[in-house]
Amino acid sequence: MLSFQPDRSQYPQPGPDGRLEVDLETGKYLKLWQGPNHPGITGNMSVELTVCGDEVVEGKTHVGYLHRGFEKLMERRTFIQVFPIVCRVCVPEPDFNEYCYAAAVEELAGIEVPEMATWMRTLILEMGRFNSYMMFLGGISGSLGLGLVGQWMTYVRDLMLDRFEELTGARIYHMFILPGGVRGHLPEGFAARMEEVLQTAEKYLADVDRVMFSNSVFRLRTEGVGVIDPALFERFGVTGPNARAGGVVKDVRKDSPYLVYDQLDFIPASGKDSDIFTRVKVRRADIDNSIGLIRQILEKMPKSGPVMARLPNVLHWKIPRGETYIKGECSRGEYGYYMVTDGSGYPRRINVRGPSYTHAMALLEHLIPGTNISDVAALMVSLHTYPPEIER
Amino acid sequence: MRDLHANLKTRHALGPFEPRRANLGFVTVPAERLRGLLTELRDVHGFTHLVLLTAVDWMEDGLFQLTYLMNDRAGDRTLGVRVMLNRDEAVGEDMHDLWPTAATYQRELKEMFGIDFPGSPRVDEEFILEGWTDLPPYRRDFDSLAYSQQTYAERPGRVTHDPRAHMKSKLYPEG
Repeated sequence: MLSFQPDRSQYPQPGPDGRLEVDLETGKYLKLWQGPNHPGITGNMSVELTVCGDEVVEGKTHVGYLHRGFEKLMERRTFIQVFPIVCRVCVPEPDFNEYCYAAAVEELAGIEVPEMATWMRTLILEMGRFNSYMMFLGGISGSLGLGLVGQWMTYVRDLMLDRFEELTGARIYHMFILPGGVRGHLPEGFAARMEEVLQTAEKYLADVDRVMFSNSVFRLRTEGVGVIDPALFERFGVTGPNARAGGVVKDVRKDSPYLVYDQLDFIPASGKDSDIFTRVKVRRADIDNSIGLIRQILEKMPKSGPVMARLPNVLHWKIPRGETYIKGECSRGEYGYYMVTDGSGYPRRINVRGPSYTHAMALLEHLIPGTNISDVAALMVSLHTYPPEIER
Repeated sequence: MRDLHANLKTRHALGPFEPRRANLGFVTVPAERLRGLLTELRDVHGFTHLVLLTAVDWMEDGLFQLTYLMNDRAGDRTLGVRVMLNRDEAVGEDMHDLWPTAATYQRELKEMFGIDFPGSPRVDEEFILEGWTDLPPYRRDFDSLAYSQQTYAERPGRVTHDPRAHMKSKLYPEG
């Protein structure tokens, strides 16, 4: 919130092309780059701020710092060669890429996945969601000066990474979900070790609740700040916790169930104030949901069974012409893969739909004008954006 | 979804409905009818959420396919609206007034495919690439391998294997 009321009549006005007419020579305005190397930025992106005093009058998101042309790379690889690439589109929650890609291939190729594999996939996705939220809590608290929470969450995330490593052999990029199923079964005693992690997490999260949500500084700087008018949700493609924090209780897991979510009990977290505080609270409640879902999955899943469908010879695998869209609810909102095939052994086109594409570009640029410089970091982090989803 | 298609088919000169799942289907519309169709889908039929806008390069046919993926959240229905553009003079209609996020998609399509959207805000500004002067890189005729070989120096000591031969030699060293 601003502690002063500037004379906005002096601010630049948009020209006919919609651009602000900022004349830096007047000395009224200053260009300030938040990122790409800045503690208040998530990942490799930057926000070009035009400020007048403490107030930001314009913000432009810049991406491209880690563009690898993933979608182009996929067109040059056979269907089986693509699967180790897709996870790299999103570092903190890579498994959604694996699931969406695999499910799109399976649908277009007419492959049925064994039941055991669908449970394993759900487990992996919830573990990934949990870890993504650990990074989020560390990020939002760090952007407001609460460095301790980030340290705790990094520790807890590391414990979950141990379980990932035990299950998949890898900590970050798991390459566990592939067309046809998953790469393996649960190791012996996995459920008990996972329970230990969840109990440790709950202990730390209780501390986070005290340190963060009861902290007057945190509340002052997040309540009523960065409010997204729910009327903007559809126009700006707002999904996931950002929309649920504004009272739009939409969750792909419930509304369009995939994998085994229709066999699991949970109520999507939601709020109504649509400010930074509520967005953090909704994500905090979503962590509890994820913990509960992991427990349910481990309890309800079959204890044995095949985890891979029989695939054709993957070196000569051609998929009939077609197109589809597979989506799921990741920690940031709707994540999806649009895939087009042309009957050859290579995808014709794959387009990755990450929630950050709309949240960190058009929405963030819309929300920034009028904020205080010091609030930009919290505003941006509260939208929970990951730049690689934008660049792909 | 079939009822919806039957309702809209004549008014918007739609092509045949191509169902993929019970709640997902695709349809092609002539470019000049696109705005009317999208507006009606958004304002009348509940398809308020623009999930994505992207392009597919059908180079052999001289066409670009634009896909507008629209979602009706309440009804859990997703419709992919396809528009075919002439690849040689690819110009799409700006839709940012319907969804501000369309401006971002259009800016990317201009940079990556060379499809122009006159009137779209900042459509000529660089989005991801910086100082790019070659063919738009997501076009099928842009050869990313040749570009890399021409642009970047070989790293000394690096060995490139043919993947198939390499795997065979690793898996079956005895031949």
